Amino acid sequence: MADAVHIPDEAETRARWGAFEWTAENAAQADKIIARYPAGRQQSAVMPLLDLAQRQVGAETQTNGWLPVPVMEYIGRQLDMPYMRVYEVATFYTMYNLAPVGRYHVQVCGTTPCMLRGSDDVFSACKNKGLVKGGTTPDGLFTLTEVECLGACANAPMVQINDDNFEDLTYDSMSAILDDLATGKQPKIGPQIDRQTSCPEGGPTSLTAMVEENHDYRGQWGTTTI
Amino acid sequence: MADETAPPAPPPFVGPLDDKDRIFTNVYGFQDWGVDAAMKRGDWDNTKALLEIGQDEIINRIKASGLRGRGGAGFPTGMKWSFMPKESKDGRPSFLVINADESEPGSCKDREIIRHDPHKLIEGALVAGFAMRARAAYIYIRGEFIYEAKVLFEAVEQAYAKGFIGKNACGSGYDFDVFVHRGAGAYICGEETAQIESLEGKKGQPRLKPPFPAGAGLYGCPTTVNNVESIAVAPTILRRSPEWFAGIGRPGNLGTKLFQISGHVNKPCVVEEAMGIPFRELIERHCGGIRGGWDNLLAVIPGGSSVPLVPAKEIMDAPMDFDGLKALGSGLGTAAVIVMDKSTDIVRAISRLSYFYKHESCGQCTPCREGTGWMWRVMERLRTGDADQSEIDMLQQVTKQVEGHTICALGDAAAWPIQGLIRHFRPEIERRINENKGSAPVMEAAE
Repeated sequence: MADAVHIPDEAETRARWGAFEWTAENAAQADKIIARYPAGRQQSAVMPLLDLAQRQVGAETQTNGWLPVPVMEYIGRQLDMPYMRVYEVATFYTMYNLAPVGRYHVQVCGTTPCMLRGSDDVFSACKNKGLVKGGTTPDGLFTLTEVECLGACANAPMVQINDDNFEDLTYDSMSAILDDLATGKQPKIGPQIDRQTSCPEGGPTSLTAMVEENHDYRGQWGTTTI
Repeated sequence: MADETAPPAPPPFVGPLDDKDRIFTNVYGFQDWGVDAAMKRGDWDNTKALLEIGQDEIINRIKASGLRGRGGAGFPTGMKWSFMPKESKDGRPSFLVINADESEPGSCKDREIIRHDPHKLIEGALVAGFAMRARAAYIYIRGEFIYEAKVLFEAVEQAYAKGFIGKNACGSGYDFDVFVHRGAGAYICGEETAQIESLEGKKGQPRLKPPFPAGAGLYGCPTTVNNVESIAVAPTILRRSPEWFAGIGRPGNLGTKLFQISGHVNKPCVVEEAMGIPFRELIERHCGGIRGGWDNLLAVIPGGSSVPLVPAKEIMDAPMDFDGLKALGSGLGTAAVIVMDKSTDIVRAISRLSYFYKHESCGQCTPCREGTGWMWRVMERLRTGDADQSEIDMLQQVTKQVEGHTICALGDAAAWPIQGLIRHFRPEIERRINENKGSAPVMEAAE
């Protein structure tokens, strides 16, 4: 835990977040989420509500959001579950930030498939822009985290920044993305090379009829059951 | 008595697959994922007639198709569905949980289904849920798939708006709901009982089995957990007939499969192919070959990070299916093919996987919680050669003490890649230790 981020002082956190409440929009969203689960099973909603709360904290602080203790208590009260059960969930799952992060949460995948395709270069690009693993830049703009496989391995190496994936990265394209974000520009989301999603680079080796039109293959099926 | 006049059975069809036989026709997202475009491609086409096949007959046909679960274990899907109770004796409803917590390093197929062909999944949820008499389906999608979850939420709303799911789904008289639940970053929630715990709003720590989920799963009710791909192929199998699906691949390894090729190939991609397609053909046809040519191939992890690696000369012409890869001491897993050429630091590649399992261990069972960290630390020393020769055997022994001694298979998954490395690349590990010894000053014992 020596490398864990510093969790803010409790008294300070209480003073700032003790009166946390949903915005009108999020209150309605929270009710909608709870309705997905059977009556009496509202505890199931704890994960989506923590996510919603983290987003609201993020919007209020102009960052990617985090979960102060009073916010977790608020959710516990809403779902009628002990605070400790909420805290257990918040600490178990990696997407909940237990300490403030920057405006952009740069999550670079470092697991083997990305490593084989050059995630070391992606980390170098971050380092040369002043990002430090596990820390936030002094201007509060970037927090860098090394994360485990994000499930885009055919487009490795990749990074998730806030809600967006940037894929097929190189040192140069990662540097360009960070530059764009620092100057308030929106970089192109998805593959950074000329490529359609997870299709082979240079064009598909199958289903070529789908490129131009929404092709219906049923006419070629032959006999069918129904 | 052998009938000498009978023609010999034709050899199994192992690709290349025709476009007309591909199930996920919009896998690259060239076309719209929305319900209207999906219907033009054939989804939601008279789904009522599929349901009229009848609950037991749907299960029989899925059994006859030979479909094996696409999440890694390869358990026959039809048989899994048949474990669900046919009637509720005590009023408990049944649930279908669809596992979209795709987190296995190398795997990226469910993502393509969800963001480009979500209606295949939702239609499959209805058909499978109906067959197993479930009240509702929960689709558990990993938290990091933020855009994919957004698509899925919208697709579910579209299906409700069209009357395909909800009350009287597709006019069948059957009520069926589909809910989407987002995870929040935990590999272990891909394990079925951990996923159920997580859905109940708890830490994702696996449960002891028995009771199996088909007896007591989500909220204590009968539950089946299926992979996205297993569910999404079901409607097409029923439409085209189980014989069509069973006509692809080798016996016991039937149908089509989404392969995900990453690592050192010229063009990594996701592609649907026939089960049993030879490795060489898969790579040549869809991935533009191995980077630097076939002589440059070092090893392949053929089924996601949990399966042992296979050295180049063994995999080159191997059939890519469950039994073909099992015969090589590995497995098909999720068909996430991680290719490594000769530039790879193979010890580092496996050590990085050890770090992954250390990071993802849920902490419940001691052999895994302590063992994954220990194994990673030793792997890091083997990477630099800062170790003793005897520690290779010690590491091997510890992997055996973790394997099979935990509630879920994460302990096994952490042990197997290391065992595969020692089995096939022991000389490389020994070389590093020897070189490190040679360069270090010789330490003499103090008198």
